[in-house]
Amino acid sequence: MSFIEISHLKKSFGPNTVVHDFSLSIEKGEFVSFLGPSGCGKTTILRMIAGFENATSGSLHVGGVEMTNLPPAKRNVGMVFQAYALFPNLTVAGNIGFGLKIAGKERGEIDARVAEMLELIKLPDLGDRYPYQLSGGQQQRVALARALAIKPQVLLLDEPLSALDAKIRVSLREEIRSLQRELGITTVFVTHDQEEALSISDRIVVMNQGRADQIGTPSEIYNNPATRFVASFVGTLNLFEARVVDPATGRVSIDGQPVLTARDISTYGIADEATVALRPEALSLGGGDGDRNALTGTVEEVSFLGAVIRVRVRLREARVSLDIFNDPALDLPKIGKPATVSFKKDDLLIIDRH
Amino acid sequence: MKSNRLGHWLAILIGTLYFVVPLAATFEFSLRKLRGIYSFEAYRVVLADPQFQSSFTFSVGLAVVTIVFGMAIIVPMAYFVELRLRKLRPLVEFVTLLPLVVPAIVIVFGYLRLYNSSSFLPLTNSTLSTNFLLTCGYVTLALPYMYRSVDTGLRAIDVRTLTEAAESLGASSATIIWRIILPNIRSAMLSGAFLTFAIVIGEFTFASLLNRPAFGPYLQLIGANRAYEPAALACMAFMITWACMGIIQVVSRNAVAARP
Repeated sequence: MSFIEISHLKKSFGPNTVVHDFSLSIEKGEFVSFLGPSGCGKTTILRMIAGFENATSGSLHVGGVEMTNLPPAKRNVGMVFQAYALFPNLTVAGNIGFGLKIAGKERGEIDARVAEMLELIKLPDLGDRYPYQLSGGQQQRVALARALAIKPQVLLLDEPLSALDAKIRVSLREEIRSLQRELGITTVFVTHDQEEALSISDRIVVMNQGRADQIGTPSEIYNNPATRFVASFVGTLNLFEARVVDPATGRVSIDGQPVLTARDISTYGIADEATVALRPEALSLGGGDGDRNALTGTVEEVSFLGAVIRVRVRLREARVSLDIFNDPALDLPKIGKPATVSFKKDDLLIIDRH
Repeated sequence: MKSNRLGHWLAILIGTLYFVVPLAATFEFSLRKLRGIYSFEAYRVVLADPQFQSSFTFSVGLAVVTIVFGMAIIVPMAYFVELRLRKLRPLVEFVTLLPLVVPAIVIVFGYLRLYNSSSFLPLTNSTLSTNFLLTCGYVTLALPYMYRSVDTGLRAIDVRTLTEAAESLGASSATIIWRIILPNIRSAMLSGAFLTFAIVIGEFTFASLLNRPAFGPYLQLIGANRAYEPAALACMAFMITWACMGIIQVVSRNAVAARP
């Protein structure tokens, strides 16, 4: 049995079922992210692990102990909330030591642990401050220290970076990941930000309408999306309705232009329709020689995004976007001019069949 | 534009005169006890009256008990309504407003019918139990003010998330209320407490019909038998009320200043 074992979990609010038959095994020390849009059920699952919501059916085991109906106070689970949830009447040290005080620890032990946690979050001199005297990033680090101070068996992070500005978000997520590695604590992280999930997770659960659409490593999720939803939610993607020309050789037609895919489409029949996808970064302007596929069209839009330039090319009916690295010496494509877009056959993803 | 501004000042002047002139006249009258000179003689007489001291002390004590008893009922109720029973909020608000609609005399007659010496719960049989009944009556009277103050305080903090954060750290409901919720709604509770204090200090109907030696009946007694002392008492009662309001303002301002 894995460290966290979620079996056939279901949650309904009245007639509305928000989590359907959800099962997942998480190993000790693993960092698992639940990724999905608002209302997909990711936070509800996290809240069921924390004990804030009761499962309608199914079971939850942590460390071999059944926790399905255990109250939150008895689970020894640390939780960090999106809104920090620091106790406004307590100092930073008071907040971090709160759980230890509740557990009836000695004053000396509490003080030592609080000092240790303050060092860990790199705020050793701020123990006497009140939450309102801290920045958002500092407050969230204190919330993290408070959750870790009680030495929980599982750390739950409910969109902890959402309320922070972009730079702090990146640095704090790196801090969270390095702390998690250092402490080896099993962590469940909920986010709607795919970049966050991809950058810090061992595994990602992509949630869609109360179900796990795909569970896999960041690389698997990004490079081999199992469903159209995963493909469109994770990363930017060009989606096309293609027609199979020759299943044996992997030849398909996109907007009337023949291309090859390295994916196995031998189960398809001739003229079957399939959804295929191309990542913008897998595409180049020009080319088409050797074993590279080529699509021709007209440049429709050029957007300067800083490090990259996104170019949109109109084929006959479909449109394709591609990214090229910004280079001051680069001659930017002209809107309205003909363009060729090329890609390797490995990069043409087959998403689903119609 | 100019006439518009003149109208505003006129409205303020009329309002101020409406409130200030009777008060000033009462105060001026209270200083006339000694013929021909202004003095605080009426105040001295009132303050030296043993009945004043005993009735005032009785009402202050009762106000404190009412505040403690009321808060002990209202804070957990408002907390659980906010946390788990938000759908019930309109009903709770309606119930807490009832004492403003039902006259005090109706409530006290109801109490007398229910708890008289020949009833199933004869609370009027002894002084202690009558005082308890009076306290319950005052809690009822103060309910709209206490509940609203506490509810406003609870709405100003994220009760649900704070509760969940404390629960995940192992705290029980009682610990959460005592260590997290109460300290964070302290200023709201103080506002409710001072309003309750102001109500209880001057209350007449309950105390009179339950025959308790409170400050309200004493005010009435003095008013019926003396000339200058009632005016002095009225000014003192106003000052107590204003002091309560002033403290509410200070407490609220401090709370705001503490959390920018």
